[in-house]
Amino acid sequence: MTIHKGRGFACINYPIGMNLGGDPAQALVHSTPDGKFMVALSAIDLGQGMKSVTRQIAAETIGVPVEDVYVDTADSDTGPHDMGSFASRGTHRVGNAVIRASAEARKQMMEAAAEELEVNAADLDTDGKGNIHVKGAPSRSITVAETAIAAQFKQGRTLAGRGIFLIPPSEANPETGEQTPVTCFAHAALVVEVEVDDETGDVEVTAINSAYEVGRALNPKLVEQQLIGGAWMGVSHALYETTEPYYPARDHGPEDFNTYLMPGPGQIVPHHIAVLERPAEDAPFGGKGPGEMCANPVLPAVANAVYNAVGVRCDRLPITPEKVLRGIRANGGARPKGRA
Amino acid sequence: MPKTPLTFTLNDGEVAVFVDPGASLIDVLRRGVGDLTPKQGCAQGTCGACTVLIDGKPHLSCLTLAETVEGRRIDTTAGLAGGPNLHPLQKAFMEGFSAQCGFCTSGMLMASKALLDRTPNPTRDEVIEAISGNLCRCTGYEPIVDAILSAAQQGGAR
Ligand code: FES
Ligand code: FES
Repeated sequence: MTIHKGRGFACINYPIGMNLGGDPAQALVHSTPDGKFMVALSAIDLGQGMKSVTRQIAAETIGVPVEDVYVDTADSDTGPHDMGSFASRGTHRVGNAVIRASAEARKQMMEAAAEELEVNAADLDTDGKGNIHVKGAPSRSITVAETAIAAQFKQGRTLAGRGIFLIPPSEANPETGEQTPVTCFAHAALVVEVEVDDETGDVEVTAINSAYEVGRALNPKLVEQQLIGGAWMGVSHALYETTEPYYPARDHGPEDFNTYLMPGPGQIVPHHIAVLERPAEDAPFGGKGPGEMCANPVLPAVANAVYNAVGVRCDRLPITPEKVLRGIRANGGARPKGRA
Repeated sequence: MPKTPLTFTLNDGEVAVFVDPGASLIDVLRRGVGDLTPKQGCAQGTCGACTVLIDGKPHLSCLTLAETVEGRRIDTTAGLAGGPNLHPLQKAFMEGFSAQCGFCTSGMLMASKALLDRTPNPTRDEVIEAISGNLCRCTGYEPIVDAILSAAQQGGAR
């Protein structure tokens, strides 16, 4: 029995969102009479941080503390329309809609404050701490809460905004087939290290080193958490998960969490991540979002690492011990490819 | 079918309910008592999301017959925080970004509380062993293991 070490590389250009029907997202923002802002979305937070990141985006755009913004992603029956949480589109599409809605709400807030302070709205600025003041004269100020109360009870005005983000449709050129289906790409490259046992066919991932370019990381800890969790899922898809039958027949296929294999806490792989920030022009504060590509490149990298370790090319996932052993046998033994 | 009266302690409060014979503990907690912190992921004992403590030991509430907890003490995530003060484990999970969708979190917290209550300074392997009956689909487990170890360092048994 020999354990063969291998190393595999993969990289990815990941299109953010899709362009079927413009991939629209809508957001509505309004203030409550005490000067808090409510963002209504139908984009769903599955745990990827949709609520946190849209909250940051709204707070930054309106110019109020993040604590004073609430995001409600309650219900697609009653909320503004959204295409959904998929295709790594959340931060980009929904974030852009939130910026537009928040900018309109900010404009109304500044006009209401201007009326109270008897100045021109263009001369006002926010301090991000809940106050609006005359530029260059911070003492001439009014709180956001006072502004909202005045708007609600005196001026009869709402502090609200509507936003939609739509990608312009791109027709394919009939001559060349050329098209611009997406406006920005995120990128990643990663190296996976494995150990392959040539007697059992077992593959163990021992390390992942990755570099991700996700535009500006609007919430760096959330980005890191998604990258770590996504890579775990990539390893799981590469080596374990399938609903197809194992041996010898369909009845032996997995039916529940007992028999559907996934790596557990005992198989944690050290993952070193470098996040590179190259803000995209049409992205909210430059953030493209990590999304699906947290998991995708891990699979080819593992397959390449197995090839590098024992010379077996698996073109079906998951790369089970059976497939590795059959490959080794077909080759007449392990054929390590050495360090590429 | 006649219902059975059942009394037990839930996070320092006394509970008295009528339960259907054969009802699972998670059903009684969630529907009978309204404690929604134990989550039902699989209802067959394989995911750990429904973990609660019975007399301090972790149990899968989906597989526990409610009638067997008569007179016993149940701890759920709902009782972890003392008012506004989060339990050290909750704090460590929050600071360590150890939840994404959060569906496993309640079970993870109870399984790790049981560990820290009996082993205040666990090794990494002991932590892994303690949560090995709890599935997480989002985090890759590492942030969870790290959070439990960091809670232990901060005196996580409380
Ligand atoms: S719900 Fe009890 S173990 Fe899954
Ligand atoms: S955070 Fe989603 S299952 Fe653990």
